[in-house]
Amino acid sequence: MPSARRPLSHHGFLAGAILVALFAGAALLAPVLAPEDPHAVASGGGATLEGPTASHPLGTDALGRDVLSRVLWGGRVSLAVGVGVEALVVVLGCVIGLLAGYFGGPVDAALMRITDVVMAFPSLVLAIGLIAVFEQPGLDKVFIVLVALGWTTIARVVRGEVLSLKTRDFVHAARALGGGHRAIMVRHLLPNALAPLLVAATIGVGGNMVAEAGLSFLGLGAQAPTISWGAMLADGQTFLASAPWVAVFPGAALLLAVLGMNLLGDGLRDLLDPRLRA
Amino acid sequence: MVLGVTVLVFALNAAALGDPARAAMGQRADPETLERLRREYALDRPLPVQYATWLARLARADLGESFREQRPVREVIVERLPATARLALAATLVSVVFGVGIGAIAAVRARSTLDHVLMGLAVLGISTPVFWLGLMLALVFSVTLGWLPVSGYGDGALRNLVLPAVTLGALHTGTVARMTRSSLLEVVRQDFMATARAKGLSEWTVLGKHALRNALVSVVTVIGIGLADLLVGAPLTETVFAWPGVGRLLVAAVGQRDLPVVMGAVLVFALVYVLGNLLVDLAYLVIDPRMRDAVRA
Repeated sequence: MPSARRPLSHHGFLAGAILVALFAGAALLAPVLAPEDPHAVASGGGATLEGPTASHPLGTDALGRDVLSRVLWGGRVSLAVGVGVEALVVVLGCVIGLLAGYFGGPVDAALMRITDVVMAFPSLVLAIGLIAVFEQPGLDKVFIVLVALGWTTIARVVRGEVLSLKTRDFVHAARALGGGHRAIMVRHLLPNALAPLLVAATIGVGGNMVAEAGLSFLGLGAQAPTISWGAMLADGQTFLASAPWVAVFPGAALLLAVLGMNLLGDGLRDLLDPRLRA
Repeated sequence: MVLGVTVLVFALNAAALGDPARAAMGQRADPETLERLRREYALDRPLPVQYATWLARLARADLGESFREQRPVREVIVERLPATARLALAATLVSVVFGVGIGAIAAVRARSTLDHVLMGLAVLGISTPVFWLGLMLALVFSVTLGWLPVSGYGDGALRNLVLPAVTLGALHTGTVARMTRSSLLEVVRQDFMATARAKGLSEWTVLGKHALRNALVSVVTVIGIGLADLLVGAPLTETVFAWPGVGRLLVAAVGQRDLPVVMGAVLVFALVYVLGNLLVDLAYLVIDPRMRDAVRA
């Protein structure tokens, strides 16, 4: 790794930041940017599965809907699930990791045992299985399932940090000064665990986006009329031979967004984690 | 650990909303059949009793009966296992051969343009969604070039295996390549490497024999991690390529709310994962003599 300590001289970080900014910008501004109503079907059936043209830069799908508009709107779902799930996952993971690391003993043993069991499953497989709990699949169920399974990584990271931090002098000092458990955990331990937390959370957002798209692709996630890149890909597979653009573009958008998140996460790790600095 | 896994799988069943028996049997289910199913799964008893009943059957490798197919879940899953195993082995082969190869080349040419290009590709491989990669490969090699079949098992023909294996292996190829590169570079810095060079051995012998063996420990770790990628990618890859494996079975069973099959498939995936990780731990003992001492101590 080049010894890049300033963000702007770290190429991966920079590329990731640009991709993520583009993705977030496109998703947030979708209502303004989208040339057409993403749900508007072609009248008369003339413009279905139409290749890229001036009026439909990314072509149209089987119902004559504008693929560009749908890719832009699909980004909103992807971003909302990616960030929304991760926000809850971080809160849950921090609470569990802090409690386990700080109190140790039986609390730690019990919480880590639960973590181990959840982690004993290949994540998406358990997510697929959990969807079966609900009577109908849907984006809200994907959200619940991803939060329920996602907290383990963050909990492990936070616990690890807390274990190494809690014997340090500043923690002893805080306790000697009469700091309560909660104050020590929230005000002293958590801020010092922020760097690895941020790295894990960034990569986690990308993971959530892939998971949502994967479940939706399998028909176990977002249901019509919700626009999801994964569901668009499933539609696209049907017309792979005659209208490949329907599958190509949502997947490319997902790839770029996830690539951006991963580069950003890797970059943050290089920039923030002092242990990896040469 | 295994017991914990069974508790979670059981919880999946216990948490199920609605009446799974009715959902699976459809509207035409007569009350008697429903009643029989409920009694068989002790659905009317307290949860711990249900769990104990289920676990006792599990111990006899009895996974219950598929709501949908009206035959033992074990049978349904065992039928599908060979296809998934073939796919997983082929994908592992792809990721190890390409991953170690790319990683080694990148390490030898560290910090060159080639290194940057290869590592860029590795990140790209890690970030590419499995199912999209599968579709794109099918688009290029089947639809456009017509070299390989779009999908299907093809009675086990090798032609049919290529695209699914590359798809499933790609994700992990990137991880293996990155890990091989960094652990080779790590090893290269150590003293015994200088000794090997001082003995006058060629650069490839030094890297091939001395460095690679030492780097193998972390490569095995990565193969272990890769097991997760494989199992996670299996349902998606199998769905893209209409591959008759356990992953596709699981997806279909969730769609039909065939809970006994869902539980069975999830359980099989988890057991393979846990056992796989155990094998990785054992592999360390073979590769690294120091760990044998650690175990004896």
